[in-house]
Amino acid sequence: MTSRAALLVLADGRFPAGGHAHSGGAEAAVKAGRITDAASLAAFCRGRLHTTGLTSAALAAAAALGHDPCALDEAADARTPSPALRAAARKLGRQMMRAARATWPCPELDALAAAFPRGAHQPVVLGVAARAAGLGPEDAAHCVAYETVSGPATATVRLLSLDPFQATAVLARLAPAMDLVAGEAAAAARQGIDALPAASAPLLDITAEQHASWPVRLFAS
Amino acid sequence: MDRVSLRATARIVADADGGLPVLVSDGPLALRRTRAAGPYTRVTVVGAMSAPLGGDRLAIETEVRDGARLLVDSAAATLALPGRSAEPAAYDVRITVGAEGVLRWLPEQLVSVHGSDLRMRTVVELAPTARLVLREEQILGRHGEPPGTLITRLTVRRAGSPLLDQELAFGPGAPGGWDGGAVLGGHGATGQLLLVDPEFAEKPVEARLLGENAAVTPLAGPAALVTAVAPDALAVRRLLDTALSRLAPVRPF
Repeated sequence: MTSRAALLVLADGRFPAGGHAHSGGAEAAVKAGRITDAASLAAFCRGRLHTTGLTSAALAAAAALGHDPCALDEAADARTPSPALRAAARKLGRQMMRAARATWPCPELDALAAAFPRGAHQPVVLGVAARAAGLGPEDAAHCVAYETVSGPATATVRLLSLDPFQATAVLARLAPAMDLVAGEAAAAARQGIDALPAASAPLLDITAEQHASWPVRLFAS
Repeated sequence: MDRVSLRATARIVADADGGLPVLVSDGPLALRRTRAAGPYTRVTVVGAMSAPLGGDRLAIETEVRDGARLLVDSAAATLALPGRSAEPAAYDVRITVGAEGVLRWLPEQLVSVHGSDLRMRTVVELAPTARLVLREEQILGRHGEPPGTLITRLTVRRAGSPLLDQELAFGPGAPGGWDGGAVLGGHGATGQLLLVDPEFAEKPVEARLLGENAAVTPLAGPAALVTAVAPDALAVRRLLDTALSRLAPVRPF
């Protein structure tokens, strides 16, 4: 039985790991007119959850199970064709590492930090942090699934002045899908690195590169 | 369309001397040696138009031996069609490219016809000095029709390590949100052009936008991927052709 309270600490949006500075592709989607209201936000979040959300959740679950984090980082690179998204994932990984080492100090986090001084992919760091916190693969996968959709929802509230109640309702309606994705991710992780999913989203990759080229933007990615 | 589902595996082996010691057609996958393109031995898939149907299990295995240069293309688009079987159809492409080998894999588009259900899997194993140009295009339905279910996975390993791994899932059997603003945003066609060249380790391809709906992205390894979305088949081909002529024109190696 893992600690439910430790999961809340790790999943809390106020956990100081820098996630609030990233929109998960929502800023580019708002500018392109692909997110205009709660319904289009929901479609965006659902698509992100089942693609990059599933892929990242499985990487985190695999790290939480104790699979080789270097091999997982390589698997994450192969699943992230956009250099802007690789840079964002490593930056977030570095910030997550700093917070995790202060919160749950352990030799595995130290070793990962030493192996990747410029940051490992964030889901890999999150998985190792979950392990250090005594959490399991489902917990790590749930954290990633939730932040996959909560990031764009929170960003859209700021970008579109969307009613925060509506944004939260979007997240609540996605809860069953998040549970499914987390379960699928953990099941795949149990079968090993070769079984990890690679679901991807063409528009997220294309628009991440566009977004990185903007001179002025509200969010880092 | 009134036939039982079938299993077929076509095989190509290319040698450095330009020969094709193995060129085996099977079922709907008919292979022909066609007129060479530049320095490449060329094989054209001529017969995949009526397949895959639901329940079919088709495969093409291609081995580009050390030093061989092979171009594989196809005579027509591949149509994923509904079959009598409730089982999805499977189409597996397995490719190995040996040392100093070069493969240009440029088939025509894959059209997911309404009511069809296809799982396509492409697995590529590259030697460290191998080069590859590989194009895939997914068209969601014939003109004016909604798509079938299409799940395609492309896994490329180089020197035994993962280089690119991505899966796309569209249509009624895909998880939700595939037509939303994160994945396709209502576009009816998408495509990928992958270039692998050991020279990119020294001189990586620069990240670049190709208009509003396509981007060239250098991968973590010595490779670049062009990702495009477009309203239709013609538009996605135009985007990828532009990228192909800029990034990987046929040149003597």
